[in-house]
Parts: sequence; structure tokens; C-alpha cells
Amino acid sequence: MSVKNLVKNYGKIRAVDNISFSIEPGICFGLLGPNGAGKTSTIEIIEGITQPTSGEIFYNNAPRNRTFWERIGVQFQSTELFSFLTVRESLQTFMRLYRNQTSLDRLIQICSLEDIQHQDNRKISGGQKQRLMLAIALANNPDLIFLDEPTTGLDPQSRRHLWEIVEAIKRKGKTIVLTTHYMEEAQVLCDEIIIVDKGKIIAQGAPEDLISRKYAGQVIRLPQENISEHVRKILDSNQQFSWHLDSTRKFILIQSQTINDCIEMLMNNQVDLSRLAIRPHNLEDLFLQLTGKALRH
Amino acid sequence: MSRFWSIFIARNKEYYRDRASFGWNILFPFLIIIGFALIFQNGGQRPYKVAILTDQAIHTTIQNQVCSHELFSCIPYSDKNNAIDKLNHHKLDMVMENTPQPFKYWINTSSPKGILSEGLLTRKSMSKDDLNKHLIKQAIQSKPVYYIEWLFPGIISMGMMFSSLFGIGFSIVRYRQNGVLKRLKATPLSAFEYLCAQIISRLLMIVATNIILYIGCSWLLGFQCKGSLLHLLIFFTIGTISVISLGLIIAARTKTEELAHGLLNMITWPMMFLSEVWFSIEDAPQWIKNFALCLPLSHVTQGLRQIMNDGAHLLDLSSEIFYLSVLTLLFLCVGSFLFKWTQ
Repeated sequence: MSVKNLVKNYGKIRAVDNISFSIEPGICFGLLGPNGAGKTSTIEIIEGITQPTSGEIFYNNAPRNRTFWERIGVQFQSTELFSFLTVRESLQTFMRLYRNQTSLDRLIQICSLEDIQHQDNRKISGGQKQRLMLAIALANNPDLIFLDEPTTGLDPQSRRHLWEIVEAIKRKGKTIVLTTHYMEEAQVLCDEIIIVDKGKIIAQGAPEDLISRKYAGQVIRLPQENISEHVRKILDSNQQFSWHLDSTRKFILIQSQTINDCIEMLMNNQVDLSRLAIRPHNLEDLFLQLTGKALRH
Repeated sequence: MSRFWSIFIARNKEYYRDRASFGWNILFPFLIIIGFALIFQNGGQRPYKVAILTDQAIHTTIQNQVCSHELFSCIPYSDKNNAIDKLNHHKLDMVMENTPQPFKYWINTSSPKGILSEGLLTRKSMSKDDLNKHLIKQAIQSKPVYYIEWLFPGIISMGMMFSSLFGIGFSIVRYRQNGVLKRLKATPLSAFEYLCAQIISRLLMIVATNIILYIGCSWLLGFQCKGSLLHLLIFFTIGTISVISLGLIIAARTKTEELAHGLLNMITWPMMFLSEVWFSIEDAPQWIKNFALCLPLSHVTQGLRQIMNDGAHLLDLSSEIFYLSVLTLLFLCVGSFLFKWTQ
């Protein structure tokens, strides 16, 4: 699958700004970006839900045709289903829309829907509904599966359950296109990612490669109140260190290639290190650095 | 075909599992028919209300004649001012004083019913010989069409119109709003397949509920269809498809249920009044009559009445069938062309 020079304007607003990328078969491809970055617009153009302003999309080296929708599976962020149908009937309804159908019982088993298969689809929990929507996306045994923020709003347990199902789909050699704003999810599931901001691609590659290209060393986390203005000025003045607040704004994250020097500096300045934590860099650090600079101040 | 069936089955399950809505679809027209039968059939409400100013029994001949007339309902009043006040506010059509002849009566000259009451009273006060000098009565030879028999095709047309337009309009708009259509767009299902499934499913529901309604009403009220029941069913089906197709145009792009509600009301109310469901528009200006002829419901109501009341054959209704078929084709083409899956 490849996308070339894709542009999408909504009135005077350019949601997708001339982006191009390609997706190799059998990988999980992540489309990351802050809210309003253009992720959903991009994925919906590829799915054929939205028409692009300009640009081209190729599937198997040819423009999409009607058979494209026989080969793909889609899970949207939030859509409803036909009312008054059970989970099993909802799945059956969507399966019958395709020539190539998978086994209904197998699908129910893969997505752990056995216990709720005879329940009204309006009376199931958020996690169960996302599993049902994923099962619907797999109804035609697709080669290419689009998952648009599949775990948004789910509790950690339901999220991890869904990850396990996605991992199982990956093992079958399916191609997955995933949009998410959970960096942990992207790091766990994706083989390759692009980070989109203001409609443009600002980073592309395998998550570990992107992290190692950008960072060396470790991250030191300390409660914000432990770091005085004086210490912050030292951090600012030393090129070996950089820092920003985490998403909760309760902790300072200090990036350092020379971890010993950093700890020594903190001790010399009487910083309380009793709640210090050290961890390697992750995708969230990269994402925040690329897209969320405003969080620093 | 499998895609069509899938949506068709899902929609049918939605219809019959939504018990409240399904029950109401049958019950509502049924209640209207029963209500009108009670009001307008023999022994029902009399249209002209006359106040008799007395607290004693009625004894004058003219009063006896008036009060025994099937169109007058006589109500004794002791307070003259109260009766005149009600006459002024159109709650009464005439007030008569219980005195020896010549007795007095009052009417509100701005009330058409008052003027008609006066006409009937005058007629009653004339002898048959006097009447025959000026007028010759000619009774129609054919069996009269009772009001309920005339009304029934109109009521089922009206019920069908509301069920078609609101049923199809609201469901499509709701599905567009909550993303069901968006989800369906990401499948091989075409707009034509989806719309056909919607039409056939709604048609099946309307035909089924109206068959139940017909059987129930004919059993309760004892009326008969003079024409063929098969022809009635075929013509009703043709008319229903046409009105459902009109609903598709409304639903094609409408984004919210509120807007759909407004648009549907804008169409249904004038169509109901101009299609002679309740009353004839024979005396309306020509342009209104011409406009009414453009509406599918006018042709449906007219055709149903011809089959039920006059025993017409389908071939007699070829012009109505042709017009409704052309409208169906037009509405379907425009609806499919305008149709959008997403907001």
C-alpha cells in the first residue's frame, strides 16, 4: 500500500499536507500524532470514506478499485451498529456483506466474544464493544486492517486484552494500520511508525530506530518540587542535559547521555533523590519532543 | 444479493424487535378508524348543535321536527345569555326559544354551520307541497358510499405516508449521525443495495401492518372492498414504494434528526390535507387542485378509493399507476444520486 502526495483541505484548513508513505505487507504500521494532526483524515482517505483534495493511493501497485473493500477490514474510533441485534447477529450481518467470509465461531473465539454473543449489542461494555468492532473488521479475513484508535476510552485491562488480539492477528501475517495517541500502544504493537503534526510527516521509521537516532543515554525522573529554579538554570546552561515536564506536569524528566555526571550535579545541589527513577527513552519522549514542546513551560 | 439480504434481514429484525414502535404502527391507524367510526357512523355525533331555551319538555311541532332530525342535536338551556354567549363563540350553531309560533331563533351570521342550520330549519318549516313547487329531489341509484368506507382508504394512505416518510427518513438520518452508514461505507455494500434493502424492508412492514389493519377494521366495522383485494394490495404496494422513495430524497443528505423532522413535517402535513385524506378539495382554487395532483399521496388515495368504493380494476387505474411509477423512478434516481454515507 502506498500513498503519494496526499492533500486534504476542509475549507481553508489543510488537514493533510502533501504526505507520502508506503506500507510493507505483514507489518503493523502506526500513524501517530496529537489530536487534530490529520491522522484520522489520512486513514479515512485511504479507507475510501473521505475523498482527498489531491493525491494518489495505490494498493498492490494499482489504484484502488471495488475489490479493495473486499480485502480490507476497518475499525473506526466510534461508530454504532444496527439496533436490536445480538453480538452474533451483528457479526453475521457484516460477514454477509463480503464474498470471502471467515468462520463465525472462530471469529467469536479470536475476539473473546463467546460469553456475550447472544447479548444485545447495545448492552455490552466499552471493551466488549471494541472487541466486537474488531471482530467485524476481521469478518472478511482481510489482508489489510485499519484500526483507528481502537483502545481509546478503555481501561488498562481491556486495552491489554485488545493488544493481545492484535498481536495474534499480526502473527498471521496481516498488515495493520493503527492510529493511536497512546505511545505505549504504538511502541508495543508497531513495527514502523510515522508521526504526523499539522498534516505533515515529522518522523518516520521503526520506533526503536527513531528513539535511538534521537536519544542516547537515559531519562531521570524527579518530582517537580525537588528541582529548584537554580538547578533548572544549570540544566538549561549545560548542553549535556535537557529537560521537560511529563504529561502529568508533576515530574521533571531530565535527558542525559552522561547519567553519572547528572546525578553528581543533582547531589552537589542538594536535590532530594529519594524519589528518583531512571528509565530508557521511549516513544512518548520522542513524541513530546517533536510535537509537544509547549509542555516544557 | 447476499449484501442486500444481509441489510434487509437486519432492518426487519430491528422493526419487529422494537415492540413499542411496531405496535404503535398498527395501533395508531386502527384507533383513528375506530374513533371516526364511532363519531360519524349511525348513532354518532350530530353535526349541528341547537340550544332550546326552556327547562320544560319540547312540545312545538317545529322543535320536534328539528330535534328528531339526524343532523341536529338539541340541548336544553335555561339561561338565555349563556346560550347566546356560546353561540357567539361557535360552541352552538343555533338557539331556539320554546314558545308558541312564531317562535324566535338566533344564529351567528359569521358561522357557516349557523347559516346551514338556519337553512335546514327553514326547510323543516315549509310544507312538502311548497317545497315540491320549487325543487325536485333526485336520489342517486347506486348504493351509497358510507363515510367510513370513504375515509378508510384515506386513513391507510395517511398511515402509510407517515410510516414511509418518517420511518425511512429518520432511520437513515439516525444511522448517518451515529456512524452506522460510515461503517457500512467501508464495506463492498453499494448505496443502491443499501437503499433497496431499506425500501423493501419498510415496504414489507407497511404492507403487513396494513393487512392486519384491514382485516381488523373490516371485521369490526363490517365494510367491504368492492374491487379485488389482490388489486388493492398491488396498488397499495405501488403507492407505498413511491412514497418511501420520496422519503429517500429527504434522507439523502440530511445531517440531523431535527432537520429531518422539520422537512418531513413540511411535506407530510400539506400532502395529508391536499390529498383528500380527510375532506374533498373539490371547491379549492384550480391551482391548488393542480398542485395536489402532483403529490403521490393524491393518486394513492384516489386509486384506493376507486378500488374499495367503486370496484375499479387495476387497468382502470393505469394512469395513476404510470404516474406513481414515474415518480418512484425519479425519486429513486435523485435519492441515490444525492445519497451520502457520512455527514
